[in-house]
Amino acid sequence: MSFEWPWQYSFPPFFTLQPNVDTRQKQLAAWCSLALSYCRHHKLYTLDVMEAQESPVFNNKKIERKLSMEAIQVVFEELRKKGNLDWLDKNKSRCLVMWRRPEEWGKLIHQWVSKIGMVNSVFTLYELSNGDDTEGEEFHGLEDWMLLRSLQALQADGKAEIITMDDGKGVKFF
Amino acid sequence: MDRFSWSNGLLEINETLVIQQRGVRLYDGDDKAKLDVGVALLSTHRLIWRDVKNHECCIAMPLSQILLFEEQAAGIGKSAKIVIHLQATPANKEPGPYQHSKYSFIKLSFKEHGQIEFYRRLTEEMTRKRWENTPASQILTAGRTRAVGIVGIERKIEEKRKETDKNISEAFEDLSKLMVKAKEMVELSRSIANKIKDKSYLLSMGIADPVTRETHGSGTHYHMQLAKQLDDMLQAPLEERGGMMALTEVYCLVNRARGMELLSPEDLVNACKMFESLKLPLRLRVFDSGVMVVQLQSHSEEEMIASALDNVSDKGSLTAEEFAKLLGLSVLLSKERLLLAEKMGHLCRDDSVEGLRFYPNLF
Repeated sequence: MSFEWPWQYSFPPFFTLQPNVDTRQKQLAAWCSLALSYCRHHKLYTLDVMEAQESPVFNNKKIERKLSMEAIQVVFEELRKKGNLDWLDKNKSRCLVMWRRPEEWGKLIHQWVSKIGMVNSVFTLYELSNGDDTEGEEFHGLEDWMLLRSLQALQADGKAEIITMDDGKGVKFF
Repeated sequence: MDRFSWSNGLLEINETLVIQQRGVRLYDGDDKAKLDVGVALLSTHRLIWRDVKNHECCIAMPLSQILLFEEQAAGIGKSAKIVIHLQATPANKEPGPYQHSKYSFIKLSFKEHGQIEFYRRLTEEMTRKRWENTPASQILTAGRTRAVGIVGIERKIEEKRKETDKNISEAFEDLSKLMVKAKEMVELSRSIANKIKDKSYLLSMGIADPVTRETHGSGTHYHMQLAKQLDDMLQAPLEERGGMMALTEVYCLVNRARGMELLSPEDLVNACKMFESLKLPLRLRVFDSGVMVVQLQSHSEEEMIASALDNVSDKGSLTAEEFAKLLGLSVLLSKERLLLAEKMGHLCRDDSVEGLRFYPNLF
């Protein structure tokens, strides 16, 4: 299924950071939504800022408009505030894009565990992300770091406990 | 006649006047001398003749020059004469009216008689030869510029004064010519200024007598009067321009109309600030960008913005220049209007290498 671009993507002002505060808020919201859905669609979990500028997300060659570096930073900051982005380095050159927040992932995983009635069982992380049983689930193929954060979120919620084993980590759901 | 020398006619010391006779014409030999009728004077030392009309024309001859003389009776139409035969000209003779003469005698023609007495006296002096006895000081019969005595000194002073006067006059001639030119220039410039003043600008504006600091002083009162005059002046131009004009446009328009006694920017701004307090139907308005405009109070910016939105939507998008062209506004004012519409959230902007465009706010 090809990615469906939102109407704003073809609207030139979308690529200019709006000075009007109210207008800007709406604009940024639309950008966040676009960035996340694009990443979700292409299962992208990390973004390199330099590459991002040339990526179709921020660069619409058809209307010859692209977001300035300054504007991209603003969008990323907005994502970070919302909890959808984490900087991997101090220089802010690479980031983790969480088009689903850890809490949301955790919830999904717990739902599935409940569904199959495996609460109180212990799973390895690998089982969860790459096990045959989880195929078809959205969290299948979830990258380790993401999975870990999700489980950490659950843990914080008291719904799981991460166990360190000999050959890796495991988790017990409550 | 070439025995005579120019003289100032003044008697020397020891020289006494013997007799004088008016109406005497001189003859060089048989020819009338090229002199008019004058006065003949006989002194102890000389025979002097002076022109009646021109006293400076005065000649004299020492009596020692006279060889002999005789009377010549009058005839029909001819006056009585005395013929005087003369000795040869001495080498040191001073210049006179005649350089040279072929005659060695002269005649005195007595037009008004008196020749008898003159002849008797001449005879007497020629006998007595008093000039030989009394050593007169050098008989100066040289040119008139030589002077002696107090009169001479006075004359010298007078001459010097005249000379100085002449020099000064010459020196100032150029200056007075310059002054004349300057006066002409002032007149010309004044007439031109008046002509400009009379031209259409002023008439169309109706300012016959601009409010000036002279007429109304400085300070608040001046600004108040100015504000009132601006109100009168700007109604029509504002209507033409859709109710709003940049302050710079106002400044140019007003000063062009005034011609002289131009307004300073400060005075203009201060006058405009008084519009509201004077309840005049004009307003001074400052945009965020700092641009100042004068607008009609009746001018509604909301309406303007609403119509701006219509215009933009109509065309999809507009730049400030396109908008200006559409409305017949200056680019500056049209941009201000678009920015205001953006500020109110009706428009959003597209800023790229192609320039700044405004779109309806679809966000």
